[in-house]
Amino acid sequence: MGSGDPFGNEAVQEVAVGMGGIRTAGDLVLRMQLSRGMKINEAKAYVAEKLGVSVRALSDCTVMREIRQDLDLGYPMPEAGAAKGIEAKIRIADLLGIRINSVERFKSKTALQ
Amino acid sequence: MEKHFTRMGDGSPLYLDRKEICSELAEGVSDAVRRGKIPPLSTEEVDYLFEIITSPVNVTSVARGSETVTSSDSGAFKISYQANISMDRATAIQVHEKVLGADSLDLGNIDYSYKAVKAILHDEAKVMENVQLNTVMPVLYGAMPNLGLYTRPDGPVENWSELLPRGKIAEARAAQEEAVELAVKDMSYIAGGMYEAGADGMNFDTCGASGDADVLAALKAIEAIKQKYPGLGIEMGMSGEFILGMHGRLEYMGTRLAGLYPHQQVTVAEKAGVSIFGPVVNTNSNKSFPWNLARAVTFIRACTEAARIPVHVNVGMGVGATPMTPVPPADAVSRASKALIEIGKADGL
Repeated sequence: MGSGDPFGNEAVQEVAVGMGGIRTAGDLVLRMQLSRGMKINEAKAYVAEKLGVSVRALSDCTVMREIRQDLDLGYPMPEAGAAKGIEAKIRIADLLGIRINSVERFKSKTALQ
Repeated sequence: MEKHFTRMGDGSPLYLDRKEICSELAEGVSDAVRRGKIPPLSTEEVDYLFEIITSPVNVTSVARGSETVTSSDSGAFKISYQANISMDRATAIQVHEKVLGADSLDLGNIDYSYKAVKAILHDEAKVMENVQLNTVMPVLYGAMPNLGLYTRPDGPVENWSELLPRGKIAEARAAQEEAVELAVKDMSYIAGGMYEAGADGMNFDTCGASGDADVLAALKAIEAIKQKYPGLGIEMGMSGEFILGMHGRLEYMGTRLAGLYPHQQVTVAEKAGVSIFGPVVNTNSNKSFPWNLARAVTFIRACTEAARIPVHVNVGMGVGATPMTPVPPADAVSRASKALIEIGKADGL
């Protein structure tokens, strides 16, 4: 992304070309890029396989909302009782089979590990 | 002949006919080919660029299924400091995640330079700890190597910008080499603190703002950090399309840094251990949007073809064909983003 007002950059880019973060599976795809250096198609294929959906479904907010609700992966406009923040990330680390630094820190600080 | 709405590189409206747009596109491609010594776009790709630019809609978009992801380089202070809304950075990150649909964000200090963070790392780490508890998306810590801060009178090293005009070339080079070592130490220290705070990664942003020594400092820091924390993600964003040779002789793993363009920069970034590379193509505000877009896409296509790691193109004010204005127009931003993904094959923005 880059500089410029949030309406002109973030809002426009997410609407025009973005996956949409936790509205869909954008955060999960980005995690694979950051942790494994995967290019976009490889990262999408990896996440789709883990979720058992098509690559196209990863960017569909209605499909992904149901999946994120079922798996409790964190989502916007959450109901009471939904996993939030670190709670959701513990599940994401397990789902994607990756090490998430803050999750490891949380386990250590809570003596869960 | 029908005139199509487009813009200048500063964002001001412009009307051009088909012949004029085609001429601008051809010149933009040629400029990138000449400077970068890279292949041109095909005739079909230039035709598609024309289609994207002349589309009658306001906001255009990629084909369904081609959506991509975004990382950031503004330290989470776009909403707080820049838009001047009374909101702390930790809250701003949640707004980006839950309201703006961001796929990741970086937390950063308002100075956005690693040297400035060194003295306040303990407090920055506490913000990162809170952010990590309350967010789902990846959150990195971001700042610039900003080697200039190490020069006198603010820093400990001789000022090469003062030495060079006086013809003291050797002294200027020695000062830059000294600054590199100090910056590497600071950046490694801050990365260690952020790793302990739970950060998902580090964002080395605006690399090269002080020239080739600035880039070398980032590469050496990244190499050291990856050796100590192999699981920590690293994003490296550039300051410009071309690494300035303020030193001129610096090399990283046998590659001279001065003069490298994005398709060459990404290769040295990979060697250092970068996870995501952020190339820049500067917008020329005196040229048209079609000229800038054709040029940016040509450079980025060469970069993504050379890359083995994901490439997140800088598409903000004044870079990536985005007009040089604090309020980038949605028509131009969406067209630039679409072209850089569909033709440039970007892995993210």
